[in-house]
Amino acid sequence: MDITTQKPAAPPAPGPAAPEDKRAARGATRPGDRIFLGLSRGSGIFVLVLMAAIAAFLTYRASLAISKDEANFFTSFEWNPTGVPPEFGIAVLAFGTIVSSIIAMVIAVPISVGIALFITHYAPRRLGGTVAYVIDLLAAVPSIVYGLWGAIVLVPHMDGLYGWLDDYLGWTGVFAWEGGPARSLLTVGILLALMILPIITNVSREVFRQVPRMHEEAALALGATRWEVIRMSVLPFGRSGVISASMLGLGRALGETMAVAMVLSPSFDISASLLDAGGGTFAQNIASKFNEATVMGQDALIASGMVLFVITLLVNGAARLIIARRKEYSGANA
Amino acid sequence: MSHATLSPKRSSLRGATLPKWFAWAVAAGSLALGYGISAAAGLHSDIQWALIAAVLFVVGSYAVSAKVEGGRQARDRTATSLVWVAFLLAVTPLASLLWETAERGVKVLDGYFLTHSMGVVADAEPGGGIYHALLGTLEQVGLASLISVPVGVLTAIYLVEYGRGKLARAVTFFVDVMTGIPSIVAGLFILSLWVLILKMGPSGFAGSLALSILMIPVVVRSTEEMLKLVPNELREASLALGVPKWRTILKVVLPTSIGGIITGIMLAIARITGETAPVLLLVWGTDFINANPFQDPQESLPMYIYLQFGAGSDPAYDRAWAAALTLIAFIMILNLAARGIARWKAPKTGR
Repeated sequence: MDITTQKPAAPPAPGPAAPEDKRAARGATRPGDRIFLGLSRGSGIFVLVLMAAIAAFLTYRASLAISKDEANFFTSFEWNPTGVPPEFGIAVLAFGTIVSSIIAMVIAVPISVGIALFITHYAPRRLGGTVAYVIDLLAAVPSIVYGLWGAIVLVPHMDGLYGWLDDYLGWTGVFAWEGGPARSLLTVGILLALMILPIITNVSREVFRQVPRMHEEAALALGATRWEVIRMSVLPFGRSGVISASMLGLGRALGETMAVAMVLSPSFDISASLLDAGGGTFAQNIASKFNEATVMGQDALIASGMVLFVITLLVNGAARLIIARRKEYSGANA
Repeated sequence: MSHATLSPKRSSLRGATLPKWFAWAVAAGSLALGYGISAAAGLHSDIQWALIAAVLFVVGSYAVSAKVEGGRQARDRTATSLVWVAFLLAVTPLASLLWETAERGVKVLDGYFLTHSMGVVADAEPGGGIYHALLGTLEQVGLASLISVPVGVLTAIYLVEYGRGKLARAVTFFVDVMTGIPSIVAGLFILSLWVLILKMGPSGFAGSLALSILMIPVVVRSTEEMLKLVPNELREASLALGVPKWRTILKVVLPTSIGGIITGIMLAIARITGETAPVLLLVWGTDFINANPFQDPQESLPMYIYLQFGAGSDPAYDRAWAAALTLIAFIMILNLAARGIARWKAPKTGR
């Protein structure tokens, strides 16, 4: 009855034989079977309960805070949950989170696609394998180390680039720079780009590997150059994979905490310039404000965390949907 | 036709091509020129001259190639140079990250550093160590693994061996969703449940609860993949001999895939070892040795790095780098060992 429900892409035939399954469904007769089924089904249910609990408790505490909020939670520029009356809003945080993530995506996606192509189509095989392996390992470097490196090494190195941007593009306002340390949203975006590079690269690489050899050879046979092969067969095939990889990276950039908290010098206002220190992100704000927060302050932080949770859920859900759709059609392709 | 006619004067069917060393020559030239320009203009940032050189390289190879080889070849060359530039752009900072950590980290990293706590050491003075942080990390990660490994592996077994229908689909979906939960949100959840509602104080255990939320989905995913690789013939053979299903799973399916499962678990451990945000919210960190994970604040390695960074003095920075080096080394060893096991005990699929 349920053969069609699951795992369309599993290479070996999925699941055990059907008759065995029916017996399990009828209620296994042997006590050992019953206990084992109960344990494993229980774990599955536990995961569901856990997700429900996360949503429920966050909503509950967040609602406690928002009900006392005198300012508009979505548009206020204040963050003063312990004041009388308490006023706090997420406008600045939403702005900072979105802007830094966009910067990270703009930098990381083309470069990751480039590295993925480098590994699969350009590098000598040995070098490609090594690079893939190293990038895999880099995905494991913890964010606190990126933060430490960003704050101590990267920030002083940004001065020259900032000076340039200010000289040549300062008139736009977006790239105006008043001087001062480069602890701004732009630096944060660059650091986030570095942090999400490995994950986007890894997923894109896997997708590019799966491009049917025939497609590429057909293009080559028509006299295409290497770039034309990539444009005509590799990129169209890999497009949805790259999109979902980018969404996974975006999900990570949105929720990144420590690296942002260590690099950014936060403030509660929105400035037109990306280069001047200031701004904040959801996760960074939680980490920096947590220490001095009272219960009310913690509830307000939970409310902002709730918003972050919803945003990442949407982004990740979209990524999963794209991956799932792709699986179906690449299955038909194989 | 002899070969001689082909090589010196090319046939009219083939356009002119640039020699193989052309790309390298342009690369060397643009590096030199970029460095020269920035030296002349008095730019002092490495980033600047590297960017100038990169632009020169891409533009230069396009221009020459467009002249000699024609438009299509030139576009092909541009793509190639862009890919190389992307590779270098990404590798340089990542190499710098590893290099700086290693170079600055070895300064104070020694036996003393590993076996002493920060107990009576002021932030601004040298000395002290990470013993308390190592202890805390091991306990918190250990507790988190104790919770997540059974739950994760059993959930994966349910999904692969039993799961059909709505419940299994829901579990699959929500495991995917859990994978994307930011670590700070996991911390906030335990904060709201454990601290704000149950009124418990900070402890290592609260931290491990949050860490296991991050670890469970990773374990489920990797175990699931491994179980799917076990050939069905093995299951059928065992069942045909009258072995109960639970014994089949325990004695046939799990031993076949155990290498991959362990690899997945180790990678998951490596991932949560570096988590800071939940520890910051729930374990707080301390300078003293606290071996009891169920009571009072504890330290952990990432937390230690954060606190030392916050302290802001030079000796504190040195300690932060040394702790970062220890943390990276620990995680890399776990990763390499995990990959080693994966290769050594690769599931025997088919023949």
